[in-house]
Amino acid sequence: MNTTRRSFLKLMGVSAVGLSLGQLGFDLAEAQAYASKLKIEGAKEVGSVCPFCSVCCQIIAYVRNGKLVSTEGDPDFPVNEGALCAKGAALFSMYTNPHRLTKPLYRAPFSDKWVEKDWDWTLNQIARRVKDTRDKDMVLKNEKGQTVNRVDTLFMMGTSHASNEECAVIHQAIRSLGMVQMDHQARV
Amino acid sequence: MTNHWIDIKNSDAVLIIGSNAAEHHPVAFKWVMRAKENGAVLMHVDPKFSRTSARCDFHVPLRSGTDIPFLGGMINYILEKELFFKEYVFNYTNFAFVVGKDYEFNDGLFSGYDPKTRKYDQSKWAFEKGPDGGPVIDETLKNERCVFNLMKKHYSRYTLKTVSDVTGVSEENLLRVYDAFCATGKPDKAGTILYALGWTQHTVGVQNIRASSLIQLLLGNIGIAGGGINALRGEPNVQGSTDHGLLYSSLPGYHNLPVSTWQTLADYNKANTPVTTVKNSANWWSNRPKYVASLLKGWYGDAATPENDFCYEYLPKLEPGEDCSYMYVMDKMYHGKIKGGFIFGVNPMNSFSNTNKMRAALDKLDWLVCSELHNSETTDNWKRPGVDPKTKKTEVFLLPSAHRIEKAGTISNSGRWLQWFDKAVEPGGQARNFADIFVPLVNKIRDLYRKEGGILPDPLLKMHWTEKFDPEEWTRRINGFFWADTKVGDKEYKRGQLVPAFAQLKDDGSTSSLNWIYAGSFTEEAGNKSKKRDASQTPMQANIGLFPNWSWCWPVNRRILYNRASVDLNGKPFNPKRAVIEWDGSKWIGDVPDGPWPPMADKEKGKLPFIMTKDGQAQFYGTGRVDGPFPEHYEPAETPLDSHPFSKQLSSPVYKFHTSDMDQMAKAADPNYPYVLTTYSLTEHWCGGGETRNVPNLLETEPQLYIEMSHELAKEKGINNGDGVIVESARGRVEAIAMVTVRIRPFTILGKTVHLVGMPFAYGWTTPKCGDSTNRLTVGAYDPNTTIPESKACLVNLRKADKLTEIA
Repeated sequence: MNTTRRSFLKLMGVSAVGLSLGQLGFDLAEAQAYASKLKIEGAKEVGSVCPFCSVCCQIIAYVRNGKLVSTEGDPDFPVNEGALCAKGAALFSMYTNPHRLTKPLYRAPFSDKWVEKDWDWTLNQIARRVKDTRDKDMVLKNEKGQTVNRVDTLFMMGTSHASNEECAVIHQAIRSLGMVQMDHQARV
Repeated sequence: MTNHWIDIKNSDAVLIIGSNAAEHHPVAFKWVMRAKENGAVLMHVDPKFSRTSARCDFHVPLRSGTDIPFLGGMINYILEKELFFKEYVFNYTNFAFVVGKDYEFNDGLFSGYDPKTRKYDQSKWAFEKGPDGGPVIDETLKNERCVFNLMKKHYSRYTLKTVSDVTGVSEENLLRVYDAFCATGKPDKAGTILYALGWTQHTVGVQNIRASSLIQLLLGNIGIAGGGINALRGEPNVQGSTDHGLLYSSLPGYHNLPVSTWQTLADYNKANTPVTTVKNSANWWSNRPKYVASLLKGWYGDAATPENDFCYEYLPKLEPGEDCSYMYVMDKMYHGKIKGGFIFGVNPMNSFSNTNKMRAALDKLDWLVCSELHNSETTDNWKRPGVDPKTKKTEVFLLPSAHRIEKAGTISNSGRWLQWFDKAVEPGGQARNFADIFVPLVNKIRDLYRKEGGILPDPLLKMHWTEKFDPEEWTRRINGFFWADTKVGDKEYKRGQLVPAFAQLKDDGSTSSLNWIYAGSFTEEAGNKSKKRDASQTPMQANIGLFPNWSWCWPVNRRILYNRASVDLNGKPFNPKRAVIEWDGSKWIGDVPDGPWPPMADKEKGKLPFIMTKDGQAQFYGTGRVDGPFPEHYEPAETPLDSHPFSKQLSSPVYKFHTSDMDQMAKAADPNYPYVLTTYSLTEHWCGGGETRNVPNLLETEPQLYIEMSHELAKEKGINNGDGVIVESARGRVEAIAMVTVRIRPFTILGKTVHLVGMPFAYGWTTPKCGDSTNRLTVGAYDPNTTIPESKACLVNLRKADKLTEIA
């Protein structure tokens, strides 16, 4: 029987719905005892993709009660076959590290500190600045009288961390604002 | 990548150059090792010995910035010894095209150069035109202006001795690589070239890659299993973010942003849609008007009609030739011409070249919006070391962003596989994904326009937008919809249903697609194909590890690009042992072929394999790059030499640069800056380290900035392993810890010793005492095609430090 590590673990789980150990063809008592103590026991498996290089190793996130309990490489994915590098293996710490930003922050001109703000206030402030700059600096016609409809004083940088769907949203928004100065890590 | 990660295992010769693949793509490197297990020879050509070198059959050290001589020497070797794959070259390339009489090459300069503007008039390089306006082809090669003859003449100057003198690679080592790699010029052999930022980050970056194309075409290595030119994409979704055109001059799907001279959609289409006279050329870009109309339909929905040019007028238009890439934006910012903007998921204040200028430029903004996981050198620029925040005017909004596991959607891997990821947990704290920031922000701006009016509100108010972001809805929008009831063959589609493939996209307003290359990824018939987890394959597919049913791949699930070049005129694989596609007499089997047409033996219906070029042929000679139709050696903008034997033209005559007071450069062979610096990343840190330095276990494994140098240089400078070192360039000063090693050795260049040092760029001041940006040293000189800075080669000096302040 061709048992990968993943199907093995699945079978361990399935024993609860009546699959006998004998069907696996060997004695798994010790392994089963070990598995029952795994931190992932009873956790929901969610398929994700490592957020670093473009090998895009698939990973399994284990979630219990809405909390991430573990991450590991997806053994079924033909490219990484379950393997992860040092960064991929450190994903769990990446999500739980104490340095994560958790609230919108604001630094006023000439201030020496961050101040916590709520999302609504923050987005209202940004919307105000974008609109004011756009209204003031929109170039409808160039010197030759050609229609150009662009704003030269606003810019967007980023990002290859965005999903394809986020990229589609960002691109549509930026062009509809009339912005031309857009760039990201493809040009590094 | 023309191919994909697993396909590397099919190679007989793996040439890794301009990449430290084992370090930067460690998991994918298993496929390189799989090739080795199958008997392949692995070669690493790179300035320093690294984890990649250790896994290869041999390592060949090369002075940074001399890839073109190295590759040019190989081109010469192939041509002199007639090692090229004749059937492939004769049938599938423009080797016999005749170049126009205006083309010349004299002492390092191509014809059409204007020293005042530092630009070429590329029209001087045009092909000769026949009476029908099409190419003149002389398959007898009697015309000395045939591409093949010009190429042979151009590279005859790249002799072993000259190449060795300039690169610092011994003739013996040159021959080792040339012999091993050129052995793949046989029909049943495959060679792959793996490169990364070690090639792109040069003032001749694009031409480095062009040179590799010449080699791979001569050897018949494009389109085949185990072949290709494989850019090992680094950033997480940089394939997808490039496909979606987050670049100043692009629209999604590899279309140009309009310029002011294209006032109407008809002007745009005329300038951007190639016309061929070659009967059996597919000339795929002749379809561009359908894709652009469908993009505009996706953006403007019912407001976009044929009568109003699908709202083409709303698009911003650049002035022709205007450069708005990040280096130019930062220069404008430095000169006070930019008021505000967004920096999301990128850390320019650490990872952009000439960082001291970048940091000073950011101070000039009125307002800045950042979205990040952590504080970074960019978000906190206003309180960087040595700066009084009370003197810095910039207002900063810092928005916490969600990480991959906290959101759903698709990414595209380096092999163009579209992979779905589910949301596992809610974003930490109040973090949001980027779309959940942009969608409500744009809606607030729309509300302001509705309430207050303002300039040109229509592009915002009339667009097909959304109140709330639903990722899978946007996966559908990217694929595209029918906007009118349509019949395709026997099948009827209603308005609002998904288009089955890009072949169904139209220029009449009846279809939309936010990105034509992704059309077919999400269909009525098969659902969201990025979610496919089916490892099944036919034996033919399994033989080369194609995995066509796992996820989906653009375009139309074709796993190996240009695969029609892997077969002969009758559709039979050149290498039956590793067939990619095969014509069985009535249809293609294996991979999805580059178009459904029969093999070229069918003179009526057959098509040439290079379907994205106008005339269907791969191009040894091309007029599209601004720095020349053939790759030619030029020294880096900062070079330890004051002359080189290829020509009097020391550095690229057209590389771009800026001239502010913070854009200083060393002279050629500058005695004040005698050493070559190259920079790199690390397995344990992600690029500039903005994320990974905040992960304690990763920081512990690679805790601080170091500089690798040879024992010889260390001795000369009185530096011991572990000493603090001050490194200086014309632009900045950086502290690092000395790592004295045999991994870097002195080069002998034109009889003179040249030392090279190497530094990672993963460290920044927001992580206490680990060191600060290496890019404070790197140069503001850019490739003229891409404006990518030459971060891989600049000049520095160094000395032992009396005291360190940046590193504990």
